[in-house]
Amino acid sequence: MKLPIYLDYAATTPVDQRVAEKMMQYMTMDGQYGNPASRSHRFGWQAEEAVELARSQVAELVNADPREIVWTSGATESNNLAIKGVAGFYHKKGKHLITLKTEHKAVLDTMRALEREGYEVTYLDVLPNGLVDMDALKAAIRPDTVLISIMFVNNEIGVVQDIPAIGELCREKGIIFHVDAAQAAGKVDIDLQQLKVDLMSFSAHKIYGPKGVGALYVRRKPRIRLEAQTHGGGHERGMRSGTLATHQIVGMGEAFRIAKDEMATERQRFETLRQRLWDGVKDIEQVFLNGDDAQRVPGITNISFNYVEGESLIMALKDIAVSSGSACTSASLEPSYVLRALGMSDELAHSSIRFSIGRYTTEEEIDHTIKIVNDAITRLRDMSPLWDMYKDGIDLNSVAWVAH
Amino acid sequence: MAYSSKVIDHYENPRNVGAFEKDDPTIATGMVGAPACGDVMRLQLKVNAEGIIEDARFKTYGCGSAIASSSLVTEWVKGKTLAQAQDIKNTDIAQELALPPVKIHCSILAEDAIKAAIADYQQKHGSQE
Repeated sequence: MKLPIYLDYAATTPVDQRVAEKMMQYMTMDGQYGNPASRSHRFGWQAEEAVELARSQVAELVNADPREIVWTSGATESNNLAIKGVAGFYHKKGKHLITLKTEHKAVLDTMRALEREGYEVTYLDVLPNGLVDMDALKAAIRPDTVLISIMFVNNEIGVVQDIPAIGELCREKGIIFHVDAAQAAGKVDIDLQQLKVDLMSFSAHKIYGPKGVGALYVRRKPRIRLEAQTHGGGHERGMRSGTLATHQIVGMGEAFRIAKDEMATERQRFETLRQRLWDGVKDIEQVFLNGDDAQRVPGITNISFNYVEGESLIMALKDIAVSSGSACTSASLEPSYVLRALGMSDELAHSSIRFSIGRYTTEEEIDHTIKIVNDAITRLRDMSPLWDMYKDGIDLNSVAWVAH
Repeated sequence: MAYSSKVIDHYENPRNVGAFEKDDPTIATGMVGAPACGDVMRLQLKVNAEGIIEDARFKTYGCGSAIASSSLVTEWVKGKTLAQAQDIKNTDIAQELALPPVKIHCSILAEDAIKAAIADYQQKHGSQE
């Protein structure tokens, strides 16, 4: 067993060896390095063929038409293109958008940018289990609402939203529905023939593909129009200009192909590992699983260890690569906004760790993790004045703390 | 989180972790910070009849820098008079531990803990120095 143990698969994954080998065939002199947009020679045709095969592979995992897949640089760009693209194209219809407080920053910050341009955005609270409050969602809809953006699987707590139900609601109200599926593709079944989803964002690097490439699904029937955000040579039917990164795209295609083949068995294995991890820590006093118990992906487990501060816990877990909140916010001292949106106290949010397991996680690694976590909690609680107070029966809310 | 080797040493081998009986008249207790801010320090000083700090204990809920700052302070105050301890500055703590700028508040908290403990002692002893 190699240390440190990587348990941060929700942040990114290593590229699968099979993916890397495919990618290598599209870069050098010996490989197919042509520009897929070159129409006048074999180099271009071969590259185009590879790009179109990858497009089909991505489409197949989610049961979409390949013509509905637009290549981007990643889920962040996909989210930007979907949200700004819809807002720009349909602004005459309305300038109100709805999203959740627990969305990824790529959605939230895009919404903020639109607000500065005169759009109105409703940021909905979620239920304490992290799931959408359907009544609140219905109540937030206005005649001028043009877009609802809700993520499939939350990146911090792993809860799975009821996308079918939200899709039905959006379709009934004539509102465009965008879903950030960066953490969902290859983890949960996605059938875009069934789901009433109009736009869906994908990332390659969350499922053993390369960083720097993603895709946006744009529904054809009923047709969804977007205002382009990147202008140029008119690639991707004008929705996203820029020379296609053949090797990256080939890698994403292969990663999605593998995911389709192996998802079912992988999911069972993750479920076993997840249960093993939780069984190994759940009997520690004052330990809480964050997010809904049932509606979740097995890959992401977010746990609060009360009376232990998150960053010192991460230091104690130096042989395990985990994250406190999301990687995008761990440079700041703010507690996770996602956990805060569940109604958790700052201190409990500060004491939370996300363990995310993946393709290369072993039972041995989980067992070692359990041991390290148990030791760390004991050690840090022995050092924690809050733990002492809890043990003495003092209600921490009754103490007059001096905030600083 | 690129911590200095001194922070890591104090974090991994904290000095003087523990507690004294807080009602003991020779014990001064200072608790500062707030759980919501991510750090709480409790510093206790054992002060002898000559007003010299004989021993110190701490418990800290907080990041590695907060734990290291409080651990360091327990070493520094030993053997000092209360007046000398009062003069320990957060900048000395931050410098000794080479704290990064975002962690300066940990050293401020440690200084505050000393001052809070001394205030507690003075209150217990009718504020005579």
